[in-house]
Amino acid sequence: MDVLLTPSGGKEHLLLGNEAIVRGALEAGMAFATCYPGTPSSEVPDTLYRLRKQFPNKVKYYFEYSTNEKVALECAAGAAASGVRTLCTMKHVGVNVAADPLMTLAYVGVNAGMVILTADDPSLFSSQNEQDNRYYARLSGLPMLEPCGPAEAKEMTSYCFELSEELGSPVMIRTTTRVNHAREAVPFVKLGKVKQTSKFKKNPMQYVTVPAVSRNLHLRLLNIYNQAQAISEQSPYNQIVGKGKLGIITSGVAANYVMDAVGDLGAKSKIKVFKLGFTYPLPEKKIARFLKSVDKVLIVEELEPILEEAVKALAQEKGISVEIVGKVAGKVPAKSVDIEAPGFFSRAFEYNPRLVREVIAKTFGLKFTEPAEISLAGMPTPPGRPPNLCPGCPHRATYFAVKEVAGDEAIYPTDIGCYTLGVLPPIKAADFLICMGSSVSSSGGISRATGQKVVSFIGDSTFFHSGITGLVNAVHNNHNFTLVVLDNGTTAMTGHQPHPGVNTEAIGDATTHIPLEPLIKGLGVQHVVTIKPFKVRAAKKAIEEAIAFEGVSVVISQELCPLFARRVAPTTKRVFQVVEDKCKGHLDCIKKVACPAMFVENGQARINPLQCIGCALCAQICPENAILPVKAKG
Amino acid sequence: MSTQRIVFVGVGGQGNLLASNLLGQAALAAGQHVVVSEIHGMAQRGGVVESAVILGDATSPIVSNGEADVLVSFEPVEALRLLNKVNKDSLVITNTRPLPPFTVAIGAASYPAPEESVAFLKKKLDKVIAFDGQSLAEEAKNPLSLNMVMLGALFGAVDLPIDVKTMKKIIRTQTKKRFAAANVLAFDLGYKAAA
Ligand SMILES: Cc1ncc(C[n+]2csc(CCOP(=O)(O)OP(=O)(O)O)c2C)c(N)n1
Ligand code: SF4
Repeated sequence: MDVLLTPSGGKEHLLLGNEAIVRGALEAGMAFATCYPGTPSSEVPDTLYRLRKQFPNKVKYYFEYSTNEKVALECAAGAAASGVRTLCTMKHVGVNVAADPLMTLAYVGVNAGMVILTADDPSLFSSQNEQDNRYYARLSGLPMLEPCGPAEAKEMTSYCFELSEELGSPVMIRTTTRVNHAREAVPFVKLGKVKQTSKFKKNPMQYVTVPAVSRNLHLRLLNIYNQAQAISEQSPYNQIVGKGKLGIITSGVAANYVMDAVGDLGAKSKIKVFKLGFTYPLPEKKIARFLKSVDKVLIVEELEPILEEAVKALAQEKGISVEIVGKVAGKVPAKSVDIEAPGFFSRAFEYNPRLVREVIAKTFGLKFTEPAEISLAGMPTPPGRPPNLCPGCPHRATYFAVKEVAGDEAIYPTDIGCYTLGVLPPIKAADFLICMGSSVSSSGGISRATGQKVVSFIGDSTFFHSGITGLVNAVHNNHNFTLVVLDNGTTAMTGHQPHPGVNTEAIGDATTHIPLEPLIKGLGVQHVVTIKPFKVRAAKKAIEEAIAFEGVSVVISQELCPLFARRVAPTTKRVFQVVEDKCKGHLDCIKKVACPAMFVENGQARINPLQCIGCALCAQICPENAILPVKAKG
Repeated sequence: MSTQRIVFVGVGGQGNLLASNLLGQAALAAGQHVVVSEIHGMAQRGGVVESAVILGDATSPIVSNGEADVLVSFEPVEALRLLNKVNKDSLVITNTRPLPPFTVAIGAASYPAPEESVAFLKKKLDKVIAFDGQSLAEEAKNPLSLNMVMLGALFGAVDLPIDVKTMKKIIRTQTKKRFAAANVLAFDLGYKAAA
């Protein structure tokens, strides 16, 4: 059995922040969960999915990977309105996709606890931006809590279900990568009772947001804010620690950096820390009292100066003249490579313990001897180790074929997934990317505006997520470009989650498979072809024809991600080797595709047999036919 | 109790996240306060993977530059890459078996000889332990057990508040049954290499 399903409480377990959120939801008796995956949130849904699959008789909730975040939130909204406890998870940019339902769901509210997880990613470990989703609480009017670590994440998740029911409103829980992907001891309480089904009670005056209804609902939302604020004033998650005439206000993981720094600086009797966990609405009265009790206040928060502005506004309103400092307005770190050490609080990148300690020491005039650094002058330069497509990745073969046909001149809008790594040399087939789905829609804009040849790339999960509407638009408006759908049968980048195009039988899921080709034909695309990317010659020919087609054409490049295939349909192919007598050392194979299984030795190409999976791409590139399968032992 | 900050660095596929997780589990089993942090995502397609285990009073999940007490590197140039994590008093434990990235294969970068990397470490630091951990993993009959070798080396070289028995019990119970014995052997070989 899995520890997460331990019925009783009492013990502590070392959990990842995201596992702790799952346990928190289970302790609250969650009955329904939806998501679209995305780092750093993915282990929440992945754990829910795994538990349901491994322990179908023990687990009592419904769970789905939805096609995108908007769909996930709307599906969850329906469940919560019907009266079952619901969780909906996404990464920070996912909330942009779900923003439309979010804003008005805040008006209609819920009939059972509903918790929305937004997992932010300061420093952009695996994201396209580092937006601060604390703004979404302010934009929507929904209450928000922010845990500082896994143990608090578990407790808050459970609590958010209660709070949501008390207010009749969804509640947001906002984490950052350092909370989602940290592990610590998490004390358990017993699993909650699950109310699995309910009845939808009709009430159009609450649930049908025509203007006359929504006018009232907006007032409802504003009243909920007041009610939530009163709760925030009393919340044990808003806690003042220590004593002294110097004040710090902080939230999220930064609170840990502050607590460590205060200890390191030996300043526990000088600095009083207001650690905020229930961060929207803010406990304004409690903050005002805090401001009056200190001589100077430092605000320690990652990303946007949201607390800082709120606290300054509050001080102004209450006529409190204490000095309040935080971010240095307008000052920007010199280089993004200096992520760790700008020496001041800026709006970019996550904080770290040393930075926080330095700024606290400087702000309050405290002394600290930093450890003796070593000089790195004269260090041999480590070679770059950027992430790369795996050996045998079908994306590499597709890129190779497209580049052979369309060269460097074509414009390559791309999308988000493993295949975004095609931006790196030697593939270099990525020219424009802003968000999931942008490949398709931006292709129309680029080709219309320039008349240049446009070939764009989108992964299968991303296509279902947000490519379909863009493709309909392109067909309807008579755009002219070729879209390559990289159909590797899974959502690889974020951990191989299923999506509507997955072969559901192979993975043993009772969901319905929606094959791509009939779908795309049904959207009205006149030229649709499915290729096998490791059959290079045939693939090139099909791509050539698709590109020559006037109008919108689609190439579906179909081949399972080998990491995924290994799990669902293991096959063993013969690995390849370079025949030394034949290799003339042009190194075309390596220069054109940079497969990580290949390297150079004595001017010749070599293949690492432990990494090769026998995709045969390089064998088809070699002009000397020097790459052959290793003969089976026997 | 004071704080011990241990940073693990390796290359995707070398299993350093498992090593830090197991160390965290052992710390909890030994009644120690522990925080572990990992970076998932993009880093795992053959890129650099970093994790940290912080034992003792601290609550922060990450280790700032200059603040690692121990840097455990699964690959020689990765020790250099993360050298800004350490200070003059830190210990660096590194495997010396190279794993050149594809930037080297395509001629976009060159790979410093492992001896050169180790020499630089030794010039800068008093405490360096460098050995071919991969060959010990192979000796243990599980080439994928380098992470256990490095964990063993950490225990061999550093006075940790976790006894070896507890650590081995965690390895035995938390890694795949098929590999458990080889993993414990790998741990022991690493321990001896560093003790
Ligand atoms: C709005 C939004 N949601 C989620 C993500 C996280 N994310 C990045 S790529 C990706 C899916 C990639 O799957 P697919 O398109 O099939 O490509 P693959 O990785 O399989 O090559 C996801 C979920 C994101 N970047 N933006
Ligand atoms: S995980 Fe799959 S899709 Fe992603 S790079 Fe590796 S082989 Fe390609």
